[in-house]
Formats: sequence, structure tokens, C-alpha cells
Amino acid sequence: MNEPMGTTGLILNEPLLWEKGKKGRIGYSLLRSDIEKSAIDKTLLGEGPDFPDLSEIDVVRHYTRLSQWNFGVDTGMYPLGSCTMKYNPKVHEKLAGLIGFANAHPLLPAQLVQGALQLMSELQDFLAEITGLDAVSLQPAAGAQGELAGMLMLVAYHNSQGRPRSKILVPDTAHGTNPASAALCGYRPIPVSSNDQGILSPGQISELMDDDTAGIMITNPNTLGLFEENIKAIAQIVHAKGGQVYCDGANLNAVMGMVHMGDLGVDVMHLNLHKTFSTPHGGGGPGSGPVCVKSHLAPFLPIPRIVKTAVGYDLSDDFPDTIGKLHAFWGNFGVMLKAYCYILSMGPEFLKKASQLAVLNANYVKESLRGVFHLAYDKPCMHECVFSDKLQKNQGITTLDIAKRLMDYGFHPPTIYFPLVVSGAFMIEPTETESLENINEFINACKSIASEAIDNPEILKQAPVRCKLKRLDEATAARRPCLSD
Amino acid sequence: MRYLPHTPEDIASMLAVAGVGSLEELFGSIPADCRRTAELQLPQPLTEWELRDHLKELSRRMAVDPEYTLFLGAGSYDHHIPAAIPYLLSRSEFVTSYTPYQPEMSQGTLQAIYEYQTLTARLLGIEVANASLYDGASALAEGLLMAIRITRRNRVAVSKSIHPFFRQVVRTYFKPTGYELSEIPYDATGRTDIAALEPMEDLAAIAVQTPNFFGCIEDLKIFAERAREKQALLVAAFTEPLAFGLYKNPGSQGADIVCGEGQSLGLPRSFGGPALGMLASRMKYVRSMPGRLVGKATDQNGKDGFVLTLSTREQHIRREKATSNICTNNSLCALNAAMFMATLGGTGMRKLARLNYDTSEYLKKALCRTGFQTVFAGPTFNEFVVKAPEGFSSTYERLLSQKIVAGLALEPFYPELRNHFLMCATETRTRREIDRLIEEVSA
Repeated sequence: MNEPMGTTGLILNEPLLWEKGKKGRIGYSLLRSDIEKSAIDKTLLGEGPDFPDLSEIDVVRHYTRLSQWNFGVDTGMYPLGSCTMKYNPKVHEKLAGLIGFANAHPLLPAQLVQGALQLMSELQDFLAEITGLDAVSLQPAAGAQGELAGMLMLVAYHNSQGRPRSKILVPDTAHGTNPASAALCGYRPIPVSSNDQGILSPGQISELMDDDTAGIMITNPNTLGLFEENIKAIAQIVHAKGGQVYCDGANLNAVMGMVHMGDLGVDVMHLNLHKTFSTPHGGGGPGSGPVCVKSHLAPFLPIPRIVKTAVGYDLSDDFPDTIGKLHAFWGNFGVMLKAYCYILSMGPEFLKKASQLAVLNANYVKESLRGVFHLAYDKPCMHECVFSDKLQKNQGITTLDIAKRLMDYGFHPPTIYFPLVVSGAFMIEPTETESLENINEFINACKSIASEAIDNPEILKQAPVRCKLKRLDEATAARRPCLSD
Repeated sequence: MRYLPHTPEDIASMLAVAGVGSLEELFGSIPADCRRTAELQLPQPLTEWELRDHLKELSRRMAVDPEYTLFLGAGSYDHHIPAAIPYLLSRSEFVTSYTPYQPEMSQGTLQAIYEYQTLTARLLGIEVANASLYDGASALAEGLLMAIRITRRNRVAVSKSIHPFFRQVVRTYFKPTGYELSEIPYDATGRTDIAALEPMEDLAAIAVQTPNFFGCIEDLKIFAERAREKQALLVAAFTEPLAFGLYKNPGSQGADIVCGEGQSLGLPRSFGGPALGMLASRMKYVRSMPGRLVGKATDQNGKDGFVLTLSTREQHIRREKATSNICTNNSLCALNAAMFMATLGGTGMRKLARLNYDTSEYLKKALCRTGFQTVFAGPTFNEFVVKAPEGFSSTYERLLSQKIVAGLALEPFYPELRNHFLMCATETRTRREIDRLIEEVSA
């Protein structure tokens, strides 16, 4: 195909739900009841919600049309850095829908839910093996809640040592969730700058680490897509002062089967099942953020924990040092199930291969776009690479313009203006599930855009022109918020 | 491997461009002493068909409808889910997209979430709802933290008739903060004992759930009045939002923040998750609200559309000063709930809620004729507490072997409620199933 990916098709307009329908319609098959009506206390009755009444086809067309205004991994390449937008296998959706899982009530006696408990227990073992850590809780419902679990465990650990601490080191390349999670636990985040190589220096950690500092939150590979080469030395410095090393596992997709986090000195780490383990992102969730720890932190893991008994599996609250409970029930089981399926489908060899190909794809993009865009750190990257708009700036073209123009070519833009340490950053994470042809299409689109920036910068300023809407005025939306009808 | 598209020729040509000789060499920036030496010890890969057989085998070791008949609610409810909903929800443009950071490519998610926010605000009777939290428990914790930020007070009073697991999660969130949590006991009617609030001062929030964990309808209005007197906020929790199809909603009774679990709005129970944390408040508190918000916007041509907005509250902008650390929420679950609300409509929501009420009342009356006593006299929705006749625990086990789950024993959660059970019947329990339960317990 010589045509570019992006083109313009028929886009149907669709009003808001309440601009449709007519009183008295219904999209639901209300049951004929053989149960008599009971008296009800009329003083408690409300008026019922002010919802539109729609027939089934109204609802079906409404959401079908809305879906057509969206772009997902199944639509095309979605190289959103730090989000690992890899392909989500379809068989997982079908298996999560098996009646034994979809209909399972969380409060059934353990002997009636052995299938789910076995699945969770095995998934914990798999994640312990993949990270190289000793114990796992699947309870956190997303990455940020996994971070919170990790921080709560640090608080509990330092309390158990009789020496509560007030600060924590957070590198400038960290996701915003890191300092926010630390702050929820009362820790004051101490910013740490990365060096001119884009990574942390042991010297700087030595200067900042003291016995009032709980530890460090380190993302490895970091958000510049670089491996923190000094992590072992850093861990030693932190441990020598009685601190703990927390690793943000958002970028684990780069290193499965390649590194053993336990050997690096990591004490606690969260994972994002919706990134590395291929569960779908759902337009912003649900995710799942298991937390993995070295054995000395295991007593603090959230409850309940899955325990093996003589006859199978059970859930137990009997862990006196636990940080407590984080989820109304046991976590996002439906998401865990898909990650479990993914690991079983890949096996040890292909999980490692996935990381290798993710890194290959990112390095291929980096080398192919060298000179087209400015490389923030010119060294081999892991699973993502960070460019900036430095070369385009003198034409008055910004990262935002490049991102919007990529839409016209049929690609979801990369993550933009992150990490904060690179001015005008855009962070490309192709993931291993993109083929060479797809990546070449993307590279060609980037090259065309870079040429347009010189020859026809106005077309970038106008972009996107092929989407349903042109650029939206986010500033006015925030100044005069309209959040419901 | 079908998920990995690279041929050996592709790999070779890409390695050449990357300037390295092998895949292993790509990892040259990882120092030798940081490399993993042993291979991963994991099971060998399964084919799609082997995987399906394995998962089917696991799923068979789960006790679910229709093989089992459950009279079990307690925060996770069985409702019919129209076939159109999972069908629409599986549209991959919804499923395989991420947080709508680029609005021009995400108008589907954005309009759908804006509609969810509107439907939620209307259902709960309050001005603004966010684009979801993880579940009812974290929604309550975040709702209380929000009240603490707004009032700048450090103490909350939480009713003991709020779901015990929700209260446990709140305690976890509060533990390192120094914020104080007092519990308000329940009274002989199963409702929160308002008199017990009297000595509690300097409260940021009073939190009450309705219908509460015992299924009882709380009189939120008097708690709202008491909250005003004490210059505290009323935080109203819920686990069964369908109740607001019938009963007065929390906003109309004066709640300031409303938070709870939305699973019953068309989500499969899925062993407790993913579920849906719903959070809503009065508009004047919106800047203290956690989580994502979708707002209306116009594009350069003046056309209406939607964007994520008020993000200066959020962690990616404000970092440690953010209103919460939440990033990924439960967007697809919110979409699921919106589809359910749209499918039912206002008329359907009312009728379905009434059907639920009648079904559980039928069960309640039938149990009372067979030696069970209702313990709390007030009106309930979907579920209620009964004191079982002596020796019921052996009957409970016998019923389990006949594939009937006769409610939830309350003693592990409330030691004072020995031999008390929380019984639930939604519209999915038929008269025949209820009659069979009654027959078996009388046998």
C-alpha cells in the first residue's frame, strides 16, 4: 500500500444521550414478576432519576457511533511512551467472560472459589519469578495504588524498626504518581536530579540520603527510557543508611527475563498488569497494580493474603503487621486473569523475547529518526526513546503541533511534554507487537512531518484536519468548567 | 508466537540499523552484574486451545449461578445484564484505548464519560461526578480525604453500618496520616445512632451509608442537619445505587459528597473486581475532588466536544500537592454503568428498583414465617438482617451441599450479631427459588 494510513471516512454525528429518546421507551427486558407487590413507606420515596428513555437500538447506535470516534491499539499504532500500548489478545476477553469467573461472588466460602484462588496464587508465583522478588499481593487496583501500597509498607517497616522517617528521594524523571503516593503517606519528596547522562549518580544519592529518609523511589528503566546503571551502588548507599529501595515497575516491559530486581537491591516494586502483561487499558482503566517485595517486607503486605492449605487455597487476614486492606474485595480479579493468560501463552522464552523486541523496536525508531528530531540523550535506549522539538522550534513548530499532525497520518501521538526534564519532550514507545512495516510507516510519517515543518509549517499549526474535531480549547474548558448537563 | 510479528529477517535488518549484532547486545547498557543469569522458571507456553481448556477447568471450580442459587449481596449484587451491554462494551475502540490525553482522537471515550458523569450526578442528586475511582472502598477513603482538605479538620466520624471492608480500607489510607477516625454505633433499628454523634466535635465529615450494610434505609436528612450544626460535611456512601431508582437520593437530602460502589449498574461480579468507584459532590468542592473529570469544550471551528479538564488538581501536574495519586481509574467500568443506565432509562430504573424491593420483601416475609426474626424494623432494599433459629449453622452447611448459599453470616464482621445473617434477593431470584429455600430451611 502506498497510501498513508490516515484518511477521511464518513463520520456520523451523534447527540448526547438525553437529546435522544422519548418518555416511555425502554432498552431493557423488564421481567414479568410472579411476586406480589409489597407495601412501601411513601415518605422515603424519591422521584426516580431523570434519565432519558431509550429503546435498545437507540443505545446500540449511540455507543457504536461513539466508539467510531475513538482510536485504540486495534485501530493502529499507539506509541504512547510509558504506557506500553501493546496488543491485547482477544482470547483473554472470552476467558474472563466464562461464567465461573464473571458471575463469581467475592464472599463465597473458600471451598466454592478454588478456581479463582488457584489462579491468583499461581499468578503471584509467576510475578515473583519475573521480578526476582519473594512475595506478592495482587490487591492494588492500579499502578498508583500499588505505589501507595509500597509506600505504606515503607512506613510500616520503619515504624517496626522504631524509627519513623519523614522524607523520601524522588528523581526528577519520576511519574507524578510517585511524589503524590509518597505524600499520601506523609512523606516529603526530596527531588533528585538525573545527571547529564539522564540517569542517577551514586554521589548525589550519598549527599541526600540520611537517617530521616525512608528510601528512594526509582523507576528502572527510567522515564527517559534509560537503564539506571548505578542502581546497585545506589541501593547500597540507601541500605547503609537504613533506607529501602522502591522500584516503579511501569517500565518492566523492557527487562523481562533480562534482570532480577531482587539482585539489584530492590526491596519493593509495583507492576502494571495493564502495561507489561497486556491487559487492555479500557480508555483509562481498570488496571491492576500488584506489589512485589523482598521477604523482610512480606509481613506488611495488604490483607487478605492467599494461603495454601491442606485441601487447597484460602484467604487469610492473620498477618498482624499488615498495612491493612486496600480494595473492597481482593483486587481486580478480571484483570489478573488476563495477565495470567498472557504469561501462560508466552512462557519464559517469549516473555524474554517480548522485552528484547520491545527494546529493538525502540532503538530502531531512535536510529531512524536521528537527525529528524532532536534526541534528548544520545545513547542506546531501552523500550522507549525520548525526542524533543528543538530542531523544529526555529520554525515555530512545537511538540504539540507534531503530535496533532501525526493524527492526520493515522497514528496516535506519543506521550508529550513528559518527562519534565526534557523541554518539549515526546516519548515514543512502539512496543514489541508492532511489526517492522508498521514502524516504518510511523517513521515515514514522522519524516514527512519534519519536512512539512520546514516547507509548510501552517499545515502543522492547523492539524489535525482529518479528525472529527479540530484542536479543542482546553484553557476555556478549565476556566469555565461544564462537567455535566 | 502469534503476538510477536518479527521474522528473523526483520530482526536482522533492524539490528543493523540499531548498530548492534544481536538482541542480547541491545542490553549493553545494563552492567554485567545487573544481568539475570538464570532463565525464567515459568511453565512452557500453552496454545490458545490448551489455555482455554485450562481456564475452563479452573472456572468449573467456582460456585456460580445458575448451578448455585445465591442469596448473597453484601456489596456485590446479581442483576441481569442485557446482552447489548457486553456486546457494545467489547468494541475494541473503547477497550484498547487509554486515558483520553489526545481529545481529537478520543471523543468517543470523552463523550461517554461526560454522559456517565451526568447520569451519575442525576442518579445521586448532586451536581458533579468524576470519571470514576477504583471501587466503593477507595471512593469512600478519597471522599473522606476530600472532606478533610475542604474543612481543614483532621477528624471524621464513620458509621458502623458502613460496609466493614470499606471501613477497613479507610483505616489503611488513614494510618500514616494522623487523621482520626471515630465509629458511630448503630441503634436498635439497624440505623446509625445519631445521638452518639453528640459528643463528637471538630469533625471534617460524618459518613453514613444508605442503604446501609444491613440493607436499612438511613434518614440522611437528619445527618445533613447535624453536619451543618457541626460545620462538618455529610459524606454519603452506598453499595447499591439501584436503590435510588426508588428511594430518595443522597444529594436531595443534603449530602455534600456522595461515594460508593457502582458494580450493581450492569457490571459482572467478577469475584469482586474490577468494579466501579463512584464519587460526586457539590460543584463548589470540585477543585478539591480527586480523579479525572471530563468537561465540555469547543474546537477551533466552534464545534462542541469534550476534554479532560481541571487537571491542575492531578498528580501529573501538581505531583505531591495533587488531590490524589490516582491516574488510571476504572473508565471502562464507568462506561459499562453508563450503558446500563441508558438502557434502563428513568422509567426502567424505577420499575427495576421496585421489582428488587418486592422480591426481597417476599423473601423477608417468607423467612419470618419459618422461625427467622427480622432484627431491624425499618425499611430495607434488596437485603436485610435476620436472626436465624438455633442450629441454623448446620442447616446452612446442608444448604451449601444442595447448592444454595443462604446469605452471609454476620458474626465475623459484628461479633455481637451471633447467628445473624444478611440475606439478599434481587430481581434475579425467582419465586420458585425463594420457595425452595423456604422449603429447605423448614425441612
